[in-house]
Amino acid sequence: MTGPGGAGPAVFDVAGLDRLVDVLIGEGYRVIGPTVRDNAIVLGELDSVARLPAGFGVETGPGYYRLRPRQDHAMFAHSAGPGSWKQFLHPPRRQLWSAGPDGEFRAVPAESPRYAFLGVRGCDLAAAGILGRVLGGGPQRDGAFEDIRQGLFIIAVNCTEPGGVCFCASMGTGPAAGPGYDLVLTERIDDSGHWFVAETGSPEGARLLAEVPRRGASAAEVQSARAEVSAAAQRMGREMPSVDLPALIRDSRESPHWADVASRCLACANCTMVCPTCFCTSTEDVSDLTGDHAERWQRWASCFELDFSYLHGGSVRQSGASRYRQWFSHKLGTWHDQFGGSGCVGCGRCIAWCPVGIDITVEASRLADLADLAEEAQIGEADEEGG
Amino acid sequence: MTGAETTWPATEPMLPVPYQVVGRATETHDCATLRLEPARDSLPPFQPGQFTMLAVPGVGEIAISVSGDPAGQDGSLTHTIRAVGAVSTALHNAPLGALLGVRGPFGTTWDLASATSRDLVIVAGGVGLAPLRPVVLGALADRGSYHRVCLIAGARTPAEFLFRGELAAWSRRADIEVELTIDQPATGWDGQVGFVTEPLARLPVDPSRTTAFLCGPEPMMRFAAQVLLHKGILAGDIRVSLERNMQCGIGLCGHCQFGPILVCRDGPVVSYALAGPLLTVREL
Amino acid sequence: MTEHSGQLAWSGIFAGLSAIELEIVSAAARPVRFGAGERLFFEGGPARGCWLIDDGCVALDLLVPGRGQVVVQTLGRGDVLGWSWLLPPYQWHFGAVALRPTTATELDTDKLRRLADHDPRFGYTLTLSLFQACAERLQATRARLLDLYRSSL
Repeated sequence: MTGPGGAGPAVFDVAGLDRLVDVLIGEGYRVIGPTVRDNAIVLGELDSVARLPAGFGVETGPGYYRLRPRQDHAMFAHSAGPGSWKQFLHPPRRQLWSAGPDGEFRAVPAESPRYAFLGVRGCDLAAAGILGRVLGGGPQRDGAFEDIRQGLFIIAVNCTEPGGVCFCASMGTGPAAGPGYDLVLTERIDDSGHWFVAETGSPEGARLLAEVPRRGASAAEVQSARAEVSAAAQRMGREMPSVDLPALIRDSRESPHWADVASRCLACANCTMVCPTCFCTSTEDVSDLTGDHAERWQRWASCFELDFSYLHGGSVRQSGASRYRQWFSHKLGTWHDQFGGSGCVGCGRCIAWCPVGIDITVEASRLADLADLAEEAQIGEADEEGG
Repeated sequence: MTGAETTWPATEPMLPVPYQVVGRATETHDCATLRLEPARDSLPPFQPGQFTMLAVPGVGEIAISVSGDPAGQDGSLTHTIRAVGAVSTALHNAPLGALLGVRGPFGTTWDLASATSRDLVIVAGGVGLAPLRPVVLGALADRGSYHRVCLIAGARTPAEFLFRGELAAWSRRADIEVELTIDQPATGWDGQVGFVTEPLARLPVDPSRTTAFLCGPEPMMRFAAQVLLHKGILAGDIRVSLERNMQCGIGLCGHCQFGPILVCRDGPVVSYALAGPLLTVREL
Repeated sequence: MTEHSGQLAWSGIFAGLSAIELEIVSAAARPVRFGAGERLFFEGGPARGCWLIDDGCVALDLLVPGRGQVVVQTLGRGDVLGWSWLLPPYQWHFGAVALRPTTATELDTDKLRRLADHDPRFGYTLTLSLFQACAERLQATRARLLDLYRSSL
């Protein structure tokens, strides 16, 4: 077992975590992490661990999210809140350029802050990777996103307390955090105290971990931490059906299912706002009264907006059914065609923040059932005709 | 100035490059062809079928197909614009000397090179003739590489054909078959009257050596494709130019999705083998 | 096979007829030609005759007071002109005039009607062929009605 300063798993306490936050701030990072505000656990800037939601858990369900007090002072024993790290990586509003009377277009100098994300769960870490493929993986890349990502320091947390709407296990993104972190913590509270088992994921992570008073983790501690995370995988609130979703979606474009969802969906766009991988934006142009000075801004957009697909005097997707189908089909189906993987990480936010409680995993199951029924009916007809 | 190098900042592909309006020709009551030259830096040369994002500062930015001659790549850009909204009207009305912002060229091409030694059947509906003009010019400039070159263009009325002077010149040539047809009865017109699919249906074709290029309103492209399929032409030999709402043109804003296709990146030119089944889905 | 039936076989309109039926139809056929500007018939006239256009251009028109003869459609190679001979009141609804020198095969429709009355199966196949031409023309006309090229404003 390696001792303090070695590269193996280490253990530190709450004071150690506070020291880590101090070091990060001292190096010019803006530390972002979960904090309680307005009866929810949201992501905000932290100046110390005192801001973390110690002792708070959450109860989540379709259209339901409540804070609840915990018996212990765990800081990361809660599941996804309404905000995701997307609001920092891919801000809701940013200026693209300004133009003056000389006809020159000037890019806005990037004020790319160096963020340190504290408490990134497996689902959200996968989401950050997905955003990286979308915004930074093509021939044209979002420069502001790239700048922020380059300076990013990520402290992930392995999840030991899945929420009622979580399904990361069936999406392959959790509860253990996947690769992409600088440090990963597993929070442990037992008779001996409140600890964090820490593993490094990068040289930068090792360098910063070396600043924290810690000791080497024993094999038993590491084992027990891993066991808790594995156990969490069995306690998911729900799961995505294990069918070939892209093929199912491709074959279900004319399914009666979309009209059924549309009878419930308000097209409120909440799901796209809270989803950590939804990336769509729209541009806005403004100018001053003289028209000499113009600016172009970019803001978050949603495929549920009525004019999202506006073309030639009308929108292509006008009905609620077509817009829900677009969101669902893109997230679970055509995302594969466009970006080489699924767009869903199983965080469950869309389920909790849907005002009518539409559950993407249930809708996927229904779609699969309807497809099976349609196939059986077809086989039945063929039998009749042949027989 | 030759336009060969990419000079916009690689980290901010949303930043336009200034171009100046140096030429303006009225095509119809609501269409004009603008010729733009770089105010400073040039964008890369375009291929037929591609589009640029044209910005009017303070008004907006839209995707417009390049309608110029692919051979004369002197750094200038030619676009034919129909005034149907705020931005297109501002572009259509832009006076000589006006500075516009340009990004691009983006998108897939008509890929004329893949159709050498074949018969080209070019079908244009309304302003769909603009994105196809580079195909005609490209084929005529390299006429020996192609077998037959047939252009069928439809418009509402005789006055609403784009490039009327060029159409007349092409009609007089022996090396291109040109058929024009109008939808609405008109006085003083002694040409064909009928939907663009009618002369297309009458056209004798050899399906084994025909490549078709279609551009126009989606229903028109669908009807024309059906006529071609009925004649035995393979869906993979039919190319259509699609259009969707575009806010970035570079695959980052999500607006131009059409099923699995990002029209700005996997289009606008798409094989009918791929586009055909998608075009029959309502509100896709 | 007569010279006319070869031409008729080529025309997709009568593709559904058997070889024997084609012989019957071609026996009622003769080649004709029209000069540029030559009128075939006016609207309202008695509907007799059906033409398979081989080459050229024929305009369908109607006299609209104040607008003169308005051309609503032009026909060309492979198109069939005239089906009002099949249905009462056996009157042309539009006129027809050759815009360019035009060659066509003219069918004796009195003979065709008698043959169709005598042999319902032949009549059915003949009618289906004409119905196909009519349907295609209707779809194209509907496409024109959609006014697809108009501005969205």
